[in-house]
This record gives sequence, C-alpha cells and structure tokens, in this order.
Amino acid sequence: MRMTGTEFGEGVRIAFQALKANRLRSILTTLGILIGVVVVTVIISVIQGLNTYVSGELSALGTDNVYVSQYPWMITSWEEWLKVRNRPKIESRHFEFIKEYTTLAQAVAPEVATRRTVKYRDEDLNNVIIYGTTEDYMVLSDAMPEYGRFFNEAEIHQRRNVCVIGWEVADALYKNKDPIGERIKISGQSFFILGVMEKRGQLFDFSMDNNVMMPYTVFQKVFGKHRSLEIQAKAVSPDAVEDLKSELEELMRRARGLRVSEDNNFNINQQSQLLDTYKSVTQVLWIVLIGIGSIALLVGGIGIMNIMLVSVTERTREIGIRKALGAKRQVILWQFLVESMFISSIGVILGMLISIGFAMIIKQASPIPVDISAWVAFLGIGFTVSIGIFFGLYPASKAAKLDPIEALRYE
Amino acid sequence: MMIELKEINKDYHLGLETVHALRGVDLNIDNNEYVAIMGPSGSGKSTLMNLLGCLDTPSSGLYMLNGSDVSDMDDNALAEIRNREIGFVFQNFNLLPRASALHNVELPLIYNGTPSSKRRDLAEEALTKVGLKDRMHHRPNELSGGQRQRVAVARALVNNPSIILADEPTGNLDTRTGDEIMDLFETLHDNGNTIILVTHEEYIAEHSDRIIRLRDGRVERDEAV
Ligand SMILES: Nc1ncnc2c1ncn2[C@@H]1O[C@H](COP(=O)(O)OP(=O)(O)O)[C@@H](O)[C@H]1O
Ligand SMILES: [Mg+2]
Repeated sequence: MRMTGTEFGEGVRIAFQALKANRLRSILTTLGILIGVVVVTVIISVIQGLNTYVSGELSALGTDNVYVSQYPWMITSWEEWLKVRNRPKIESRHFEFIKEYTTLAQAVAPEVATRRTVKYRDEDLNNVIIYGTTEDYMVLSDAMPEYGRFFNEAEIHQRRNVCVIGWEVADALYKNKDPIGERIKISGQSFFILGVMEKRGQLFDFSMDNNVMMPYTVFQKVFGKHRSLEIQAKAVSPDAVEDLKSELEELMRRARGLRVSEDNNFNINQQSQLLDTYKSVTQVLWIVLIGIGSIALLVGGIGIMNIMLVSVTERTREIGIRKALGAKRQVILWQFLVESMFISSIGVILGMLISIGFAMIIKQASPIPVDISAWVAFLGIGFTVSIGIFFGLYPASKAAKLDPIEALRYE
Repeated sequence: MMIELKEINKDYHLGLETVHALRGVDLNIDNNEYVAIMGPSGSGKSTLMNLLGCLDTPSSGLYMLNGSDVSDMDDNALAEIRNREIGFVFQNFNLLPRASALHNVELPLIYNGTPSSKRRDLAEEALTKVGLKDRMHHRPNELSGGQRQRVAVARALVNNPSIILADEPTGNLDTRTGDEIMDLFETLHDNGNTIILVTHEEYIAEHSDRIIRLRDGRVERDEAV
C-alpha cells in the first residue's frame, strides 16, 4: 500500500472532522466499545486475581505435603460419598507404622482436631480448634513457637497434659501476661502451656492462630479415640513427592493388611489436588464469563460497523469528489479506517482507565489481588486495532470501491 | 495531439437491455483548444465527459491522452491520471461542504503529496486567479453560487492539468454569474489552458472555438465557431 504522508494526514484530518461533526453519535458508539472493554478486562483481571489468591492461600497447606486421609478432600458426587462413607478411620497405629517405615518423608505427624471452649481463670474463648499432633507439626506447617517451646517425644509418650497455644489464644486470654508456665483449661482438664506459636494469619477466612496444639496421645486420652486421624507427611525433597505418595499408599495398605484385590480404603491427598479441583470447577465459569464479555465487545464492534456504514452512505458524494480529484482506493479506505480505529481506541483507552479504577476498588474491598496486568493491557491494544480494523474494514472497503460517477450523482 | 479518441463505444447494460451511449466516436482535440460539446438530452454528452475525464473507461476503442493509452487502466492508475491531467468543474460545484475554500482547492494537491506549505501557496494563487483571495477561509455555504463555482474552477486549475472539463458549469447559475464564469474560462483559455465544456445553451457554446454536436451517441457535427 503506497500512500504519501500528506494523504495519510488528510485521512486523519477527515476522520477527526467527521467525529466532531457527529459528536453524539461518536460518543454513543465509543460507549459501546468502552463497556465491552470494561466487562472483558475486569472479568479477566478478577479471574486472574482470584486464581492468584486461591493458589497463594492453598500453598499455605504446603506444596510438597502429602496427606493420608479417611476421605478424599473433594467429594464431587453422591455416588462417591456412598462409596467412601463406610471407610474405617485412621488410627494411631497406622501413623506409628508409617512413621517407623517411611524413607521418603522428612517429617510425619498425625492430626486430629476438635473445637472447644478454652478457659483461663474467668476468661473464656469459644470455638478454639484443639489439635492432637507431634513435634513434626512444626516442620509440616512451617511454623515455630514465638516464645517457649513445642512439646517433645517424651511428653507425647508419657501423655503429659502440656500444650502450645496459638497466637490469638494467647492474645485473648493472657493479654499482657506471659502465658508460658500458665495453665489453660480445656474440657475440664488443666494443661501446662509450653509455648506460643508465631502468628500465621488466615487461610481464606479461617484463622490459623485460634488454636491449641497438644500431643495426639493426650488428645485421645481427653477426647476419646473415636475420631479418625489424618496423617501428614513432608517429602525429603520436592522431587520425591510422587514417590512419597506411592510409599505412603504402600505402607498404609500394609498397615491395614489389604489384599491385592482390595481397593484403597483411604485417600492420599495433596494441596495440588485442591488447586486442580478448584481449576476444573471454575474453568467452565470463566469460559462463560469471558464469553459474555466478548459478546459485549462484539456488540460494541457491531455498533462501530453500523455507524461507519451510515457514515459511508452519508458521505457518498464526498467520496465521489475525492475520487474525481485523484484519491486512490487505499486513501479512501484509510480515511474510514482511521475513523473507526479512532472511535475504538478512545473506547478502549477510557475502558482501560475505568477497568483500572474498578480493579483498585475490588482490591481495596476484597482480599483478591485484582490487577490489570501488562498482557491484559496489550490485549486491549490488540482489541483496539482489531475491532477498529475488523468492523471498520467492510464499510471502508465499500467506500473505497464506490464508482466515482455514481458517487458524484448521489443525492 | 492531446486527446485522441478512436472508435469509442460505451455500452450500459440494464438487465437484458443494452444502451449504446456512445457509438464509434472518433475525436481529436489539440492543446489549448476551447471545445463545446452540445446535443439533446440522452445523446451521450455526460458519458463522453466521463470518459474524457478518466472517471470511466470505454467498452471498446482507444483513448490516448497525452500519448498514453488510458482505455484500459485500472482504478488507481486512472485516479493518478485524473489528479495530474484533469481539472473538473461540475454543474453543482461538488465542493466539500465542511471544508474552507482554501482546503477545497488544496484537495488535488493533497492527493499528489504536495507538501503543506507549497500546497497553501498554490491554492492561494489559484484562488487569487479567480478573484477569491479575500474569501479563502469561507465555507461553501458562506459563498454565493458564482463564488462557489469559482472555487471549483480554482480547484480545477490548481494542479495545472492538461484539460479543464466542465459539465454544464453555468447550469445552476443565473445569466449574469454564468457570464462571469464564462469570462473566467475565456481568460484561462487565453493563458494557454485546454477547455472542454458541455452545455445545451447556444450562447454559452458561442464562447468556444469549436462545437461538437452529438446525437444518439454519435458525432453529428464538428465545426469551428
Ligand atoms: N450509468 C448508466 N447506466 C445505464 N444507462 C446510462 C448510464 N449513464 C447513462 N446512461 C444512458 O446513456 C445514454 C447517454 O446518457 P448521458 O451521457 O447521460 O446523456 P446526456 O448527458 O447527453 O444527457 C442515455 O440513454 C442514458 O440513459
Ligand atoms: Mg448529462
């Protein structure tokens, strides 16, 4: 396409003049594109933010932690539930067996939990999670005591009423006092506080500091043995996770004496499965949302095409004049393309700015880190050019192909 | 020879019917001639003008313009020829309504890439020639009919074309303003321009040096005034 700078400039000039002359029409068309862009970019950015948020939160579960559990973490159908509901619970002996024989885990701990009210003198704290575990809990949850110490093997073995309390519990019950060496009352029994865990924050809405950790042996002594344990293990290295899963499966089958023909009556769970489940559940939703956004954008594009067709018809005679005076096809084509690209780029730029505003509001009002990322912005520029060209091309080429004689005769 | 037409035919197809708008037209027009084309309505005057102005190509026959064959050129090549060789003056002026007189006159220069400062000088010069120097920033709707047609003449002149083609240039003007435009053509002719104009008024045709009369798509008579 050969065009002089002068011809190019005239194309731009004409386009601006046309837009100025039809101000309201141009604004309305721009609005169509703007809405489309806002819908698409906000949706994409929220999706991205939500994904980042969820995977960030889930990584708190330990990316290379493996869990041997009674049930799968995600039960997605009633049939599945019927199949697993009669499974035997996981007991201390299973944990002890695995602990004894595992070669690929750097840490293994049981976890059993209940919610109780805890007391110190006249102060009560409701709904505190009581965990029964071992000292490997520190490795598995990547958390250390801020003050004092964790309980040790001897205390587990001797079933001593000792515990480590979460940061929130310490804050709520002991205020300015040092809780270490103090006692805490749970279910009528008194426990000696060995340490206070460092602050761990929240997992989604769930506080990880509103808890009390005690030896699992003590937990079973106080609360009974009817609860199933969950066995947590951390691989010696990230590469060993898959092997560790096989090993745990094998050890658990041996501990339960399962025959070759029998299915596993437990599950090996992993944080990544949650992420996978999250992704597969949300994927369809995202596709639907992006589809809706694209329709909005398409409608905007059709608006441009419509306005350009009107514009070409209105200016038929002008096109005839320009052609008679020597304007080539590509010059006319360019004139109309500039006009449609200008409308769409204004729409996209304003749409982007508004989207950034929305993103900031969402970010402030929710824990979801919504950002308009560079690639979304690039996508926007791509949209501008392609919508402007795609929806402008047909009207523009219609204009370019007009027969000058007929165009001059047009009333 | 500036214009040579040999055996020019132009047919229009309307469904199954064919209209022979021009039938075997042979015509030579020399540099600096002043020619009027006359004939009854439907005789093919506008068709001939459109061919001469390279707005259209003949169905058959040869059209040599300044030594090059333009009978078979494509759209873009014709646009270039129109820009370089032809200056149009239409009955209904055909000015861009939203552009100033100056910008209207600049248009042909825009389409051959003349840089803006030179463009302005040339356009001003052309407007001065037609006596509209003081009206150059006016839009067409701020000008009288005669003034508009003068802007159109300035636009036709500005690129220094080989031929000025005028299709009933006085058709929309009163007699007095029409005469003014004819005087302007007279001056252009005296300055060496080639002028071809279509009219159906004998007294307008009298201004020219040669009258070509068409009937049913054929040259009926071709004589000096
Ligand atoms: N675009 C066209 N399509 C079909 N017929 C046409 C077209 N242009 C002109 N004609 C026909 O060609 C003949 C010559 O027309 P035209 O050159 O306009 O005559 P004039 O200008 O002398 O009145 C007429 O019969 C007219 O109807
Ligand atoms: Mg006619």
